[in-house]
Amino acid sequence: MKLRLAALATACTVALTPFAAAASGEVNIYSYRQEFLLKPLLDAFTDETGIETNVVFAKKGLAERLDREGRNSPADVVMTVDISRISELVERDLTAPVDNETLEENIPENLRHPDGKWFALTTRGRMIFTSRDRVEEGEITTYEELADPEWEGRICTRSGKHPYNIALFSSMIAHHGEEQAEEWLQGLKNNLARKPQGGDRDQIRAVTEGVCDVAIGNSYYYGVMLQDEEQRPIAEQVRIVFPNDEGRGTHVNISGIALTNSAPNRENAIELMEFLSSDEAQQIYAEANSEFPANPEVSPTGIVAEWGELNADTLSLQEIADNADKAVRMVDRVDYDN
Amino acid sequence: MNQADVIEQPATPSPLTPRRTSSRWLFAAIAITAIVALPVLSVAWLALFPDENIWPHLINTTLPRYIGTTLILMVGVSALTLAIGLSTAWAVTMCEFPGRKMFQWALLLPFAVPAYVIAYVYTDILQYAGPVQGAMRDWFGWQNAQDYWFPEIRSLWGATLMLGLVLYPYVYLLARAAFLEQSPSLFSVSRSLGHSALSTFFRVVLPIARPAIAVGLSLVLMETLNDFGTVDFFAVQTLTAGLFDTWMNLGNLGGAAQIAMVMLTFVVILVTLERYSRRRQQQYAARDNRAPIHRFTMSRPRQWICVLTCATPIVLGFVVPALVLARYAVIYFDQSWSTGFVEITLNSLFLSTAAAFATLIIGLTLAYSRRLHDTRPMQVMMRLSSLGYAMPGAVLAVGVIVPMAAFDNQIDAWMRDWFGVSTGLLLSGTAFALVFAYTVRFLAVSAGSLESGLQKITPSMDMAARSLGKSTTATLLQVHLPMLRGTMLTAALVVFVDCMKELPATLILRPFNFDTLATHVYQYASDELLGISALPALIIVLAGIVPIILMSRSIGSARAYSQQ
Repeated sequence: MKLRLAALATACTVALTPFAAAASGEVNIYSYRQEFLLKPLLDAFTDETGIETNVVFAKKGLAERLDREGRNSPADVVMTVDISRISELVERDLTAPVDNETLEENIPENLRHPDGKWFALTTRGRMIFTSRDRVEEGEITTYEELADPEWEGRICTRSGKHPYNIALFSSMIAHHGEEQAEEWLQGLKNNLARKPQGGDRDQIRAVTEGVCDVAIGNSYYYGVMLQDEEQRPIAEQVRIVFPNDEGRGTHVNISGIALTNSAPNRENAIELMEFLSSDEAQQIYAEANSEFPANPEVSPTGIVAEWGELNADTLSLQEIADNADKAVRMVDRVDYDN
Repeated sequence: MNQADVIEQPATPSPLTPRRTSSRWLFAAIAITAIVALPVLSVAWLALFPDENIWPHLINTTLPRYIGTTLILMVGVSALTLAIGLSTAWAVTMCEFPGRKMFQWALLLPFAVPAYVIAYVYTDILQYAGPVQGAMRDWFGWQNAQDYWFPEIRSLWGATLMLGLVLYPYVYLLARAAFLEQSPSLFSVSRSLGHSALSTFFRVVLPIARPAIAVGLSLVLMETLNDFGTVDFFAVQTLTAGLFDTWMNLGNLGGAAQIAMVMLTFVVILVTLERYSRRRQQQYAARDNRAPIHRFTMSRPRQWICVLTCATPIVLGFVVPALVLARYAVIYFDQSWSTGFVEITLNSLFLSTAAAFATLIIGLTLAYSRRLHDTRPMQVMMRLSSLGYAMPGAVLAVGVIVPMAAFDNQIDAWMRDWFGVSTGLLLSGTAFALVFAYTVRFLAVSAGSLESGLQKITPSMDMAARSLGKSTTATLLQVHLPMLRGTMLTAALVVFVDCMKELPATLILRPFNFDTLATHVYQYASDELLGISALPALIIVLAGIVPIILMSRSIGSARAYSQQ
C-alpha cells in the first residue's frame, strides 16, 4: 500500500512538472486585470517581438505570492489597475527600478515612480454620470457638489470600499484635509438613493432605471457600454460629466506595470513595458477598453476622443496611495456602505 | 443503543487498539495531520504579526455589524437548509408519491451550481432590467423604479436564499443516508407505543440521525462562513467582508489573519458544543436493518404536497439557473466558445479527480487511525486537519503559499550551496499546489463522512477479523472497505463536485496560462459579462450532474445491498 502510494506520488510529480513555466523567449506576468482584456495587447506584442507571454490573473493574493516566492519567483512584471495595489508592491520592496529612455519619454513624470519602480499605462477618470431627463447640463460639475443637500436621495455609487472609490476619497483628503473630507463624505452618504452595491455599470443602469439621477463611475465602463449593442440604449440616456474640469481637474486612477525584483526574463520584461507605452499599444488601450492613454503623444480615437480632452488632477498618485488608509477608515466611520 | 462505555473513558485506549501494528497507523496520522494543518497554522502564525492593531477601529465602527450580519446569515442558512434538507429527505425515504425515485437524485442537483453563479443568475432575472420586473412594468403600466416596490435580491435575505438553495443538499444527502440506515422497527415500536408519525419523527428519527445531520449542517455553516463571492456581490457585510477589507484596503495581512482565526474559533466552538451535547451517545448500526421500509401510502392531496416540497428547491436551485445559463450560452455561443474549452475542462476534471482521491486516501487513514486509537490527542488531530474548510479560500491560499514557498526556497538554497544548481520553485505555482490546497480545504468533507461511516460499523467486526489473525491493514481492506463502499464513493464525489466549483484558491495558486472552468467563469463574470461566462458556468453545472447521480445510486444501493 505504501509503496503504491509512493509510486503514485512520484507519478504525480512527474506529471506535473510540465506545468512549471520555463525561461527564454518568454515574459511572465502576474496580473490584477482579466487576461481577456490584456489579450489584444499581448498578442500584438508577441507578433512584433516573438516573445511569448504567460499570465496569471487574480484580484487578490498576487503580491503575497510574489513576496513569498522570493528570488525564485517566475514573475517578471506585475500589472495592476489601481495605484494602491502598485504602491503596495513598492512598499514591500518587490519591484525593481527601471532606468529606460523610451519609457521616460513615453510616460510623463507624474504618471511614473520617481525611480522607475512603476509606470502608468493608462489613466481612467472617475466621472459623474447624470440623467439626461432629470438633470440639467451643468447642474453638477464638481465632486464637492455631490454632498449638497439638493441631491438628497438621488445619487448611486458602488461600495465605498472599492479601490476606485477609496482613491477618489483619498484625493478629497489630500485636497481638503481629513476633517472636511469626512464632512463631504457624510454629505454624499446622506444623498445616496440606495445602499451601495454592484459595479460601476450598475450605477449607470440605475440612473436609466430611475432609481437615482446621478452616479459615480469610471470613464471606460461607460465607453464599453456604448460599444455594446445591448447596453448602448441604457448608456445613451446618461450624460458623462468630467468633474472639476474648470478647476483642479478630474480625479484619475491608473493601470500600471512594474518590473519585479526577481524577474528572470528582465530584458523581455522591459521590452514589454516599452511596447505597452508605445503608440500602437496605447491606441489599442483607447479603442478596445476606452481608457485614456498615458502617453501624451497619442491622441485617442473613437469614443474617448468624442468625450474631449481630459483635464486630469495633477495631484501625485503617491499621495493618493498614502491617504488610502485614512480613506478606508473614513468610510467605516461614516458607515458609508450601509 | 447507548453504549457509552467506549466514549466515557477517553484516556484508555480503544478496545480495537492492537498491540504492535498500531504504531504505523498512528505515525501515518501524525505525519498527515502535520502536513495538512500547515496552511492553517501558517495563517495562525501570520496572525501573530499584524501591521497594526485593527481591533480598536473595527470595534468602534463596523465589527458589531459584521458579527451581527454573519450570525443572522448563519442562522438563516441553517434554518433554510434544515427545513429543505430534512423535509425532502424524509419525504423521499418514507413516503410514496409520484416521481419519488426521480426526486431522490434530482434533489442533489442544486449542489452542482456554484453559489456565485446562482447569485449572478438571480440578480440578472430579478434586477430592474430583468424579465420579472419588466413583465410587471408592462402589466401594470409602471414607468420606472420610483413607481413601485420590489424586493432587493442584493441583500441579506437574498444571500440567505442563494446559499440555502445550493447548500441544502449537504443536509439532504446525509439525512437521507441516515434515514435509510435506521431500522424501520424502531419507527414501528414508537408508533405502537402511541406516538404519532410527527412525534416519532422528532423523538426517535431525528435524534438517531442527529450525528449525520450535524455533519451536514456543519459543512453548510463552514461554507456560509467562508463564502466571499456571494456576500461580496450582494454587498452583505459579513466577517469575511471585514477580513478582505483589512487585507486588501488596509494592507494588513496579519490583521486579516486574526479575523480568520476568530472565524475559525467560531466554528470550533460550534462543532464542540454539538459534540458535547451528545457526548453520552454512541450508536452502531442496528443489526436488523434487513427489514424493508414500508413507505406511507397517502391521500392524493398529501402526495401533491410531497411533490411540491421536493420540486420547489430543485426548480429554484437548479432548473431556473440552468435555463438562464443555457439561454445565454446559446446567445453568446460565438463569443464564448473557443477550442481552449477542452483543455480548460480537462484541467478542472484532472484537478478535481486528483483531489478527490487524495482526500479519500488521507481521510480514510485519519478516520481509521482514530478508530484504532480513540484518544483525546487523536480527536484533536482529526479536528485540526479539518479546519481548512472553515477558512475563506483566498486566505487558505496564502496559508498554502507560505510554507510551500519556504520549502521550495530552502531546497533551492541548499542545492545552490552544495551543488551550485538552482532548483527554483518545485511545488509553488504548479498543479500540485492546487491539488494540495483542494485537499486541505475539502478534507473535512471526506474525513467527516468516512469517520461517521466507520463509526456505524460495530467493533465486533474488527474483533472478529482480528481474532481470526488479520492485521489492522488487512481488516481495513477486507472488512471495512467493502462495507464503506457507498460512503467512500459519496465522499469522493462530494469533494469532486466541490473542487469543480472552487474559485478563490485556484485563482491565486494556479500556474501561468492555466484556467479551470471556475476561473474562466470568473474572468468574465468579474467584468460584469454574465453572457460570455454562461457557457463555462453551464459546463461546471453539467459536469456535476454525473457524479451526483452516481452518488445517489450508491446510497440507494447500499440499502438494497443490506437488504439482500
